Amino acid sequence: MRYAMAVDTKKCVGCSDCVVACQTENNVPIGFCRDWVVEVTDGTYPILELELRSERCNHCDNSPCVRCCPTGASHYEKGGVVIVTHNKCIGCGACIASCPYDARYAHPDGYVDKCTFCLHRLEKGLLPACVATCPTKCMYFGDLDDPKSPVSVVLKNRKHKTLIPEAGTKPQLYFLI
Amino acid sequence: MREEIIVSGRMNPNIDPFLHIWHWQIPLYLFLGGLAAGILFFAALFYLRGKENEYRASVKIAPMIVPILLVIGLFALFLDLKHKAYFWQLYTVIRLQSPMGWGAWTLMIITPLAFIWAALHIKEVFPKWDWKYQWLKDMEVFFQKYKKVIAWLLAIYSVILGVYTGILFSAFNARPLWNTSILGPLFLVSGLSTGAATAILFSKNHEERKTFARIDLLLIAIELFLIVHMFMGFLASTQVQIDAANLFLGGPYTAPFWMLVVAMGLILPAVLEALELIKFKIPVYIPAILVLFGGIMLRFIIAYAGQLSRWLY
Repeated sequence: MRYAMAVDTKKCVGCSDCVVACQTENNVPIGFCRDWVVEVTDGTYPILELELRSERCNHCDNSPCVRCCPTGASHYEKGGVVIVTHNKCIGCGACIASCPYDARYAHPDGYVDKCTFCLHRLEKGLLPACVATCPTKCMYFGDLDDPKSPVSVVLKNRKHKTLIPEAGTKPQLYFLI
Repeated sequence: MREEIIVSGRMNPNIDPFLHIWHWQIPLYLFLGGLAAGILFFAALFYLRGKENEYRASVKIAPMIVPILLVIGLFALFLDLKHKAYFWQLYTVIRLQSPMGWGAWTLMIITPLAFIWAALHIKEVFPKWDWKYQWLKDMEVFFQKYKKVIAWLLAIYSVILGVYTGILFSAFNARPLWNTSILGPLFLVSGLSTGAATAILFSKNHEERKTFARIDLLLIAIELFLIVHMFMGFLASTQVQIDAANLFLGGPYTAPFWMLVVAMGLILPAVLEALELIKFKIPVYIPAILVLFGGIMLRFIIAYAGQLSRWLY
């Protein structure tokens, strides 16, 4: 099993509902966020191109954060989801410095926190909060090993990219372009 | 033209607008760790070569401060932790792929060794010292028998500690400035250089000071070579590393780095030490203090500038 997410940059309108859904679902402290929306504008007026990306932890296959964690608090859960065990984390900040996507932050309670792909919801057979909430249905989630899962189907049929693949992290958050 | 903005307004503390998760604690610790490694390395080296009486300051006096340096350094590391009550989790696993993990274990080994080494020489440095309790005296006799083993362990672990202070940074490919394997040797040589400078500060023996001035001169030359090499590597690399180099070549860290580290911390003390070796009278503590100053500045500047450097997006 290999969980992955695909975000359709052509469908996303940048409403940031995913951000609010995540903050509500995961009780993210005020002033922090586990996901965010990036707006990229290319070109000069009147020839402009817009790309909207809902970004979060990439749950990389080759995660620098898991590699550099001195206690093993950052680890892979089933499906390749990168998770931080709170009471193993010492808050040294190594994983935060090691993430090229800056997807992690130190929770005010001390431990390091980030997107979990809503693992607690996946275990109940639900979709991650951001995917479930998205009003444009621009996010696809599922198991890459299952050829019938929404994410497998959409990745097979659409041109896509990942962020900073040259960092060698093998990210599992795909953007349809 | 390309413009990228986070429209959902991400402003995570210590992450945005640029990473600043590590503050003064980490570079201070890296400096103290490197300095401790340098002092212990020369202490072990000259002891193993049977020169403990000629090089008294290096083998016996300077190591007295090492336990203090390490304790302050470890305390700084502890202050840096944000989940402090769980620090012991470091010692529940051995994770070789995590530099911080094996660094913590290295410290676990070298700190007691540094205490033992200081304890074995404390009577010679402070003649009035009295252990008071019989069991402490027994322990001193016990460790005295294994002094050579301890010296070998110190020689090996001090090099590991010195390299580790640099590897800690270079393991992060997310920060292109740190992501160079030169940082390991650079911090090791800088640590050895500050160790030699400390030996000069403590020494009253002209011959010993001269030897360490020569050693320091060589180490400074190696450091300059490594720094030039580091920039050559960056400039011949990818855009992210070119940008990292540009932090020092016209960017915000140009003046601090070239003035405080290279000019004041390396070239000036090297010139003063060279002048002294060719019989000019220069107070020895001036180049030694400059070397220590350069060492601490190098760590601070690399730590802070590294957090500014990032991937293209």
